[in-house]
Amino acid sequence: MSAPSLIIDQLNRTFASPSGPVHALSQIQLTVKQGEFITLIGPSGCGKSTLLKIVAGLDTEFEGQVHLNGKPILGPGIEKGVIFQEPRLFPWLTVEQNIAANLSLKKPEIKQRVQELIALVRLQGFESSYPRELSGGMAQRVAIARALLRNPEVLLLDEPFGALDAFTRAHMQEVLLDIWQKNRTTMLFVTHDLDEAVFLGERVVIMNPRPGHIREILSIDLPFPRTRTGSSFQELRRLVLQAFEKVDGPAIDPGAGI
Amino acid sequence: MMAESRPHFASDPPIQVTANSDSRLGWLNHIPSWLHGWLVPIVVLALWQLSGYLGWVTPTQLPTPLAILRRFIELALNGELYRHVSISFVRAIAGFALGSIAGLALGTFTGIGRLIERTLDPSLQMLRTIPLLALTPLFILWFGIGEFSKMLLISLGAFFPVYLNTFLGIRSVDSKLFQVTRILGFSRWQMIRRLILPTALPNILLGLRLALGISWLVLVFAEMMGTSSGIGIMIEEARGYSNTDIVFVGIILFAIVGALSDYVVRKLEKKLLGWRDTYTG
Repeated sequence: MSAPSLIIDQLNRTFASPSGPVHALSQIQLTVKQGEFITLIGPSGCGKSTLLKIVAGLDTEFEGQVHLNGKPILGPGIEKGVIFQEPRLFPWLTVEQNIAANLSLKKPEIKQRVQELIALVRLQGFESSYPRELSGGMAQRVAIARALLRNPEVLLLDEPFGALDAFTRAHMQEVLLDIWQKNRTTMLFVTHDLDEAVFLGERVVIMNPRPGHIREILSIDLPFPRTRTGSSFQELRRLVLQAFEKVDGPAIDPGAGI
Repeated sequence: MMAESRPHFASDPPIQVTANSDSRLGWLNHIPSWLHGWLVPIVVLALWQLSGYLGWVTPTQLPTPLAILRRFIELALNGELYRHVSISFVRAIAGFALGSIAGLALGTFTGIGRLIERTLDPSLQMLRTIPLLALTPLFILWFGIGEFSKMLLISLGAFFPVYLNTFLGIRSVDSKLFQVTRILGFSRWQMIRRLILPTALPNILLGLRLALGISWLVLVFAEMMGTSSGIGIMIEEARGYSNTDIVFVGIILFAIVGALSDYVVRKLEKKLLGWRDTYTG
């Protein structure tokens, strides 16, 4: 059994608003093991992105404890790689330069590592392309390579494939699993897509809004690579969906992600 | 007849919709297309030459193009042109350099720091609204009519477009990319060098282009406040002696220099901003 990597304890987050405080996250309790793949799913407003921001160190105004490898999270840093819904590449830099960003490609070890990552995210031949020449899926793979170059302890993904079409999304999910199996980076993956959550996660964290809290944590005991059409996959998918319906009717669109 | 009333089939020869079929503009096709842009200037020049030749206007009012050309060559050969152009060039470039470097530096400071913006920007904005040429008497009073005074006046003109556009460019930095640089652990210098300056570059180049234009404008004014050489004074003196052809030579020089400097900045833009994904017309 791997050691715990990320420990979230008694986490609360309240936002001030003109109509009084809004409770975005309430009593979040989650322990993520080293190398584990966690998916976070829930309807909009359930605080899943807020939770990710807090772990990323981009939001430090919370109550409670968040520790990564025993150290409290005080701000953003390279040990917490973040992938957003948009690739957020520097438009004036080539693929290679975007991955290196503030690291120098003149150093042979960086150059070599960038080459390896370009191969890992399957972008050979596009080293000198500019972001405007890339498709959405390719750009997102550059963003993933950029985060991986820093050898993060944990990769935080905030609906990274939400803007992609169904085919590209399926492909990207496989690329990500491939990366995960090769690198064993801890993954915290936020999505609102049922299939995606079940397909990728070893555990699915189901969140509900008002206030944002963890409703249930489901273990997905399916071996990788998974097939979406299998009966056990569909059974688990149904279980996740049920967890939402238990609360107040269909809080999530049952058709999402089909 | 049947053949005339049948519809147009795909196998028929295509209908001619080029200018060839338009009898009124058909003659344009006999001229190479690269010449099209020159047609209007050539016609204007021909009419201009003709009106002088026929004595409709006096040479003092409007000398003919050929007379201007003759004078141009004469001044170029006897070295007068070089004397005036070189000194004007040095003045304009020195003033432009001083003003735009100051504009770049101050624009960067106010753009990055809120505190500096609050302290400095209101005063600069107030100064900006003063017509520069209204300050000429003060410049003469304080700095005389020497080179320093001229350069300062030009640099003041070049300062504001660069300052304003640098500030604007820096404030258009994408907050999402800013977040990325925080996550990737950019140092403050890396943030400026690798995020802020590239973002601001299109605006900075625009500011430089505007500043270049203003530099030449102020140059003429500065030279007219008194000097012995320079294109501005060459024009001013020629006017005094009713040598209208020399006035035109000066105007043409400005047009050439203006077009050249614009060309250089646009080349620079193309080279530096090739990554942009914007509407290019």
